[in-house]
Amino acid sequence: MQIKESSEIYDVIIVGSGAGGGMATKQLADAGLNVAVVEAGPYFDPADPKTMTQLKQPYDSPRRGAGTDRAFGEWDMSWGDWEVEGEPYTHEEGTEFKWWRARMLGGRTNHWGRISLRFGPKDFKGKTRDGHGDDWPIGYEDVKPYYDKLDKLIGVFGTNEGRENDPDGFFLPPPKPRLHELFYINGAKKSNIPVIPGRLSMLTKRINNDRGVCFYCGQCSRSCSVYADFSAGSCLIFPAQKSGGKVKIFVNSMVREITTNDEGKATGVSYISKDDRKEYKLKAKVVVLAASACSSARILLNSKSKQHPNGLGNSSNIVGKYLHDSTGASAAGVIPDLMNRKTSYNEDGVGGMHVYSPWWGDNSKLNFPRGYHIEVWGGMGQPNYGFGFDPNGMNKYFGLKSGGYGDGLRDDVKKYYGSVIGFGGRGEAIAFKDNYCEIDPTTVDQFGIPVLKFNYKHSEFEINQAKHMQDTFEELIHNMGGIPLSEKPGKDQDYGLLAPGQIIHEVGTTRMGNDPKTSVTNKFQQLHDVDNVFIVDAGVFVSQADKNCTWTIMALSWRASDYIIEQLKAQNI
Amino acid sequence: MDRRKSLQTLILGGAAAGTGLVFNSCKTENADTIDEAIITGSDKYFGRTPEELERIEKLNAEQLFNEHEMETIASLAVVILPPKEPHGGPIEAGVPDLVEFMGKDIPEMAPTLLGGLMWLDHKSNTEFGTEFKSATLEQKKQICDEICWHDVEIPLEKQPLEIQFFYMMRGLTVTGYYTSEVGIAELGYKGNSPNVWDGVPQDVLDQHGVAYDPAWIAKCVDQSQRNVIAEWDENGNLLT
Repeated sequence: MQIKESSEIYDVIIVGSGAGGGMATKQLADAGLNVAVVEAGPYFDPADPKTMTQLKQPYDSPRRGAGTDRAFGEWDMSWGDWEVEGEPYTHEEGTEFKWWRARMLGGRTNHWGRISLRFGPKDFKGKTRDGHGDDWPIGYEDVKPYYDKLDKLIGVFGTNEGRENDPDGFFLPPPKPRLHELFYINGAKKSNIPVIPGRLSMLTKRINNDRGVCFYCGQCSRSCSVYADFSAGSCLIFPAQKSGGKVKIFVNSMVREITTNDEGKATGVSYISKDDRKEYKLKAKVVVLAASACSSARILLNSKSKQHPNGLGNSSNIVGKYLHDSTGASAAGVIPDLMNRKTSYNEDGVGGMHVYSPWWGDNSKLNFPRGYHIEVWGGMGQPNYGFGFDPNGMNKYFGLKSGGYGDGLRDDVKKYYGSVIGFGGRGEAIAFKDNYCEIDPTTVDQFGIPVLKFNYKHSEFEINQAKHMQDTFEELIHNMGGIPLSEKPGKDQDYGLLAPGQIIHEVGTTRMGNDPKTSVTNKFQQLHDVDNVFIVDAGVFVSQADKNCTWTIMALSWRASDYIIEQLKAQNI
Repeated sequence: MDRRKSLQTLILGGAAAGTGLVFNSCKTENADTIDEAIITGSDKYFGRTPEELERIEKLNAEQLFNEHEMETIASLAVVILPPKEPHGGPIEAGVPDLVEFMGKDIPEMAPTLLGGLMWLDHKSNTEFGTEFKSATLEQKKQICDEICWHDVEIPLEKQPLEIQFFYMMRGLTVTGYYTSEVGIAELGYKGNSPNVWDGVPQDVLDQHGVAYDPAWIAKCVDQSQRNVIAEWDENGNLLT
């Protein structure tokens, strides 16, 4: 069969439609460029009633919200999770990595936690700070103007606190704390752990007339039908189209490789249409990869040619290396003072924490070099599948029997409803060259494209950090007069440190740098080896901070887009 | 009517026209209309992809429990959680259907459920000469009393089948009840509906002995201004 080739030459092809791809689409289309967006999953609009899960009742479903089809529960708005049918990935023996892929327009931005933290000045200069990892080739001052514009374009609530490494911004006002969050504030105070209002990209206040304002259903993971939270489709791609931009979206299109010419320059991409399982080619002056850190690395490694025998942009052999995810560990406790609650009011709030703790420690005095922040959950949430399993299991903490049956179960359920507080520690891991993904030549996906093989192990730093998290959580639960819900994980369990990938903040596989021998892109996210290919996902991160990556992905994507526009105008690419 | 347009008209247009709240906790006309629009939309869908719907249809076409077993499930469920006015019990909550569906949706559950139901009848026949569903309430309770407690120190899967079965049935019954319309009313959960969050009510703060810090609250959203478009000065201070 002959590969079908489109005759149109786009200015830019963008592979992937999540945070990075969405932002590039918006900026490049707004600048008048002719853009093709190639997305591996189907079209998705959070406002479409057919796919909408927001405001559904548990009893709308025969499984009452169980996670059989979707790993985070059946209301979660991610099509695809740790597994995507027909698209496997493999592991080096004895190593672990969990890879979440959302196959849909907007990608993982449709279900993410919307925690939108800027990296601070220290976060770009890790090596200078403590000798570990590497410095970024850019600093906070390079990104700050983009963070500022991003805050105003997308909307994020929070407060200006004047903290050195948690920069201020242009915030919408935060929602008031919920009851359990007041307990958390008081508990943290006793240990001198700072607590400030959360910083999440949800509209507590109007930012324009195209998007709605939050109506506090607490369901941002379901993607907001009035666009009051940030998703790449609703906030970037649709507005780019609406303002008359030339945006052609190719959905169900799985990119196999970037095509190149005799000079080694990119000419476009080839992709498999999932609709007819045939291969197509698109042509463009510039190719922008935004398929997610690991998927973009995969595409580069699979784009082998005479000119690029080691894969595109991989003369350094660095593509796929330095893979790292945020660290994660968690704990929960039952708080007797939160038992027997009145259910007289709706406390769903926004779909996430109204308060959190940014990193407070001095790593020079600790046995791990980087920090973490604490996310807090709790409250009287919507009952879904699993709500009534072990309805009085917590009796054991109060010298009462667990189990039984009868009318008393109703009292038990109400007694404990809303009495549990949980914590998630999300920290920075050091980027190591030895943690990487590569092509597994023995395995292809259902489209015949070689898949990724992961090789990732935590270091002592991450394990020590997890121990610190667990000690902190124990202290916080104690401060609130609570009882931990499970035994504190010990050394044999790496202190509850979650497997790499599980926090879904994977970064670093195509890192930026000034030296083409030790990095994949330059500081404008342009491949050192091929000047008309850019990467605007988290692959370019030199290091993940003790923050979440999305806000930085978007700020950097905007910055890279400005550079692309400039370079096209100057006819340099 | 295009639901998306109607929602947007209500939420965006309505908001743009007024300065007050679009929604408030005592339900304005707007909120009712939006609820209605959403309910109309959910009649047909609950947000499934075509593949997910297909799988649900396939499971619905299969039958795990026979009529007798379904009756036994129902009769056990009402012992576990007896109905109570005004919010009914497991039958009104659709618990037997949930048990049937989950036994197919998570097939690992099926042997425990099927085996446990057989155990119930065997036990009831041995002790009382009648199937479980036809036993008197007292007889049913006698049987349940033997299996409703588990040793919390031992992993459940290492305990006898009938203990595992009861644990699973209690879990499904209580889950099924509290995820149903009647159960949610019984629980008193007020969420999953458009509203404007403006903090914990004073009586609840008092009950739990906590208070808002005025300095913290001063930074929080003034809900009367939520529909006024945000503007900042060059230092990030919100002006509107």
